Amino acid sequence: MSIHLKLSVAVSGVAMLAGAAAVQAETLFWSTQARPAEEAQAMRTEVLGGFEGGVDYQPNEDGPWLTRLQAELQADSGSIDLLGSLHGNFSAMNPDDLMDLSELGVMSASGTFNDLAKLGTDSLQYMPWMQASYIMAANTEALQYLPEGADIDALTYDQLIAWAANVEEATGQKKFGFPAGPKGLKHRFFQGYLYPSYTNGVVRTFASPEAVTAWEKFKELWSHTNPASTNFSFMQEQLLNGDAWIVFDHTSRLAQAFNERPDDFVAFPAPAGPTGRGFMPVLAGVAIPRTAPDAEGAKALVTYLMQPETQIATLKATNFFPVVDVELPADLPPSVKAAGEAVAKMSSSADANPGLLPAGLGSMGGDFNRVYVDAFERIVLAGQPIEQVLEDQKKQLEKIMNETGAPCWAPDAPSEGACPVE
Amino acid sequence: MEARLLPYFLILPVTLFLCLFFLYPFALVAQQAFGTGDGFSLDNFREVVSYWKFPISMKNTFLLAAAVVPIQLALSLLMATMVTKMQKGRDLVLYIWTIPLGISDLAAGIIWLAIFEQSGFLNSMMVGLGVTDQPVSLLSYQTPWVVFLAIMLAEIWRATAIMLVILVAGIGLIPKEYYEAADVFGASRWKQFTRITLPLLRPSLQTALVLRVILAFEVFAVVAALGGTIFPVLMGEIYAYQFDLQNGGAAAALAIIVLIISIVFTLIIMRALRVPKGATI
Repeated sequence: MSIHLKLSVAVSGVAMLAGAAAVQAETLFWSTQARPAEEAQAMRTEVLGGFEGGVDYQPNEDGPWLTRLQAELQADSGSIDLLGSLHGNFSAMNPDDLMDLSELGVMSASGTFNDLAKLGTDSLQYMPWMQASYIMAANTEALQYLPEGADIDALTYDQLIAWAANVEEATGQKKFGFPAGPKGLKHRFFQGYLYPSYTNGVVRTFASPEAVTAWEKFKELWSHTNPASTNFSFMQEQLLNGDAWIVFDHTSRLAQAFNERPDDFVAFPAPAGPTGRGFMPVLAGVAIPRTAPDAEGAKALVTYLMQPETQIATLKATNFFPVVDVELPADLPPSVKAAGEAVAKMSSSADANPGLLPAGLGSMGGDFNRVYVDAFERIVLAGQPIEQVLEDQKKQLEKIMNETGAPCWAPDAPSEGACPVE
Repeated sequence: MEARLLPYFLILPVTLFLCLFFLYPFALVAQQAFGTGDGFSLDNFREVVSYWKFPISMKNTFLLAAAVVPIQLALSLLMATMVTKMQKGRDLVLYIWTIPLGISDLAAGIIWLAIFEQSGFLNSMMVGLGVTDQPVSLLSYQTPWVVFLAIMLAEIWRATAIMLVILVAGIGLIPKEYYEAADVFGASRWKQFTRITLPLLRPSLQTALVLRVILAFEVFAVVAALGGTIFPVLMGEIYAYQFDLQNGGAAAALAIIVLIISIVFTLIIMRALRVPKGATI
């Protein structure tokens, strides 16, 4: 090896070590939210760029996110400073693995959110960070086929079905779009929208006669649904390419459509059924794992994230709404305006029937979702008889509730101990 | 160093690597699959086998392997013989044919999704040519055979090259003298293929088939992209258990089942295409 080569190897080695050290100094923010490349980039530059300590923002799929976190917790030594995720992911964790954030002096403006963030303990185990919901969106071309007398801001499920049928009749194509693909959030529709709207419950009423009606209605809607829906995951794609005109999805999964062609689409509240307008607020939070190498830096970052300016920057970057009281500026992206209005109309409607994300299920959240997804696949895709499928799936649901002992959450009536399936 | 020790010394790094990154994780997976906290148990296996989608995903996986592998075998044999016969441009053609090898499964799935989607290339083309009035939904739960066909096509496109590469190398090993002799005795091209190429290609065929069949049982991303939720396969179920349900034990149990299937098929192929001792070139 020549002197030159040796020298350059040594220099690059030192440079790499220095680089590694520089990365180490930043606070590692390990998140399941703001995953799409543009959102992650906006988080890094627009939201976290102003934080003095420097942040290494790393978004991940839920699986890898949890796997590394669990590995670090098991090893009792970690590199993750701050966790960002949905309420459901935190409620699946052992509260002892998260540091108490009660003394930071910041908190969300919603008492419900703060209670949820305690994860059944007396202290704040994670900090409510941002919120969103699921809404409906439609291509403006579909509006002319609204059934007579229907108010788009106060639709019923029957009117929605009639609307989808009108569109099909007029265009010859099934243009209702439903995110039933592998990564689609279909289970949330059943848990937070269909069931609350028809049965005023999620768990207790799983196999009730009202649930049978709900599934019958959904089958009716499905008969006007784009049959390729089993491949759809983010409905903004189908809105933009015209495969679907009327869709249901999470606000952040519709944002691109509104931002690219704001004049072509409208956002509106989810429809109502006999027991009200079921809808599901989504809550994301940040937490510090007990293995965080730099807990102080992480706490400073939490405080920074809760500042009104940061919350507005977060809203612009991710389409998730603030959890603290803020004055919304006028220059918001079209998607934020559209979704914000729809969510506001939905939550303030007279027949609003909010249902929370499943809570207290621990690591069985996925099994719980699967009960609803399986019911959908068997009833709607495989055409099996509704009563029988619900009786079958009910056993699974009962097993999950008994194993976890999770008490009922809204809109189910409260329970002593595990939520019963009636 | 003593000459007789040298080979062992040379394979030591690979052996260590395999032990550390294959055997050790395998032991962990087996432990996870057979244990549920208190000792040996088959609960995980019972759970995954009794799930209503298990028979469907099993059937789909086998069906896909049975439909794809023979076509790929025939195609790669054809392509390999064509390539070896070429006088010029052989490397270029090989490069082009092996491009799909460099593309990840998921990317391949998405490429084919862009073709078969409702607003995809195929539909645009059909509408443009006036075959249909408006785009038709091809990948729908109502037409599972189209979905199956699309997945088949994507798999063939994506993974034939791996067999091709092995077979091209294998054909290159066959001494030219055999063909010269066959020419002298006036054997037809077909006869040369069936009497010389195929028998002497056995070891390569064995390798290619074993590799490809194992890969066929691991098919996942292409299916997820094209089949969505309507074409469950074993690998997809493993993913669902591990990441959606956070149930490592059940995922490990399914993985073991896939492993057993792979081993059985490897043994069958090895046996069927075994090269008798003393008959090697």
